Amino acid sequence: MQPIDEVVLIERLRAGDDAAYEAVVRQHVGAMLAVARRILGQDADAEDAVQEAFVQSFRKIDSFRGQSRLKTWLHRITVNVALMMLRSNRACPAVSIEEYLPQWLDDGHRASANLGWCDPGLVSVEKEETRAIVREMIDSLPDDYREVVVLRDVQQLDTKETAIVLGVGVAVVKTRLHRARAALRGLISTRFGGFAGC
Amino acid sequence: MLTCRELFEFLADYADGELEPAERERFEEHMAVCPHCVEYLDTYRKTIELAAASRQPQDSIPDDVPEDLIRAILASRGPKAGPD
Repeated sequence: MQPIDEVVLIERLRAGDDAAYEAVVRQHVGAMLAVARRILGQDADAEDAVQEAFVQSFRKIDSFRGQSRLKTWLHRITVNVALMMLRSNRACPAVSIEEYLPQWLDDGHRASANLGWCDPGLVSVEKEETRAIVREMIDSLPDDYREVVVLRDVQQLDTKETAIVLGVGVAVVKTRLHRARAALRGLISTRFGGFAGC
Repeated sequence: MLTCRELFEFLADYADGELEPAERERFEEHMAVCPHCVEYLDTYRKTIELAAASRQPQDSIPDDVPEDLIRAILASRGPKAGPD
């Protein structure tokens, strides 16, 4: 249920009230920019996404049913706009994730030993260089896998919310997420790992 | 006992704390005797942590949203669509 003030604000938006629109923009732009930055990284792209999200929100305001808070609705529109931009802005060809998944023998054992991460310090989350490399690796995943990692592990939506945003079932999200994480792990091992068993 | 390949299919649910108790018991039974899977789980978890951290420090809500952006948003408001 929306607070009374929000109901009034939305009615004013529907009536085309400029002051109401500015109030909504100023109240929500920061959170929407944070969401877009988490998905797109770059400031300029994130700002474009937020601008487009507001345009779409206003255009669709009559279809807002009030079943969720305005903040939630704006968040969802921002995520969708940012995901569309992510798909269209791919900087490099996607990797083939099969190459980075474990290979198995017929008896269910590994076909080869894991590539170990010899020096955990090399892959510290504290290092900006590491974070930048991981961002690039996430961006190199095929769209279906990149989106699910961005929504679940970066954006930290839960599985059900992720399924709603992507328009797929929960089981599909789980399968894609697992394969995406395993491929990302493989990419990190290739970059930072040593020889098997180190 | 689960094979390494079967255990691999449970990894995401285990890492996310979503395994049922009986499945979790089977998972941990394998982990108790398989250093390769222990090592794989450790680095899988570290991968999740790295993914989560990869967009920092931009995660918090910025308190210095450029005024130019706000002006651009206000200026770009298009016409409303009709009701669905």
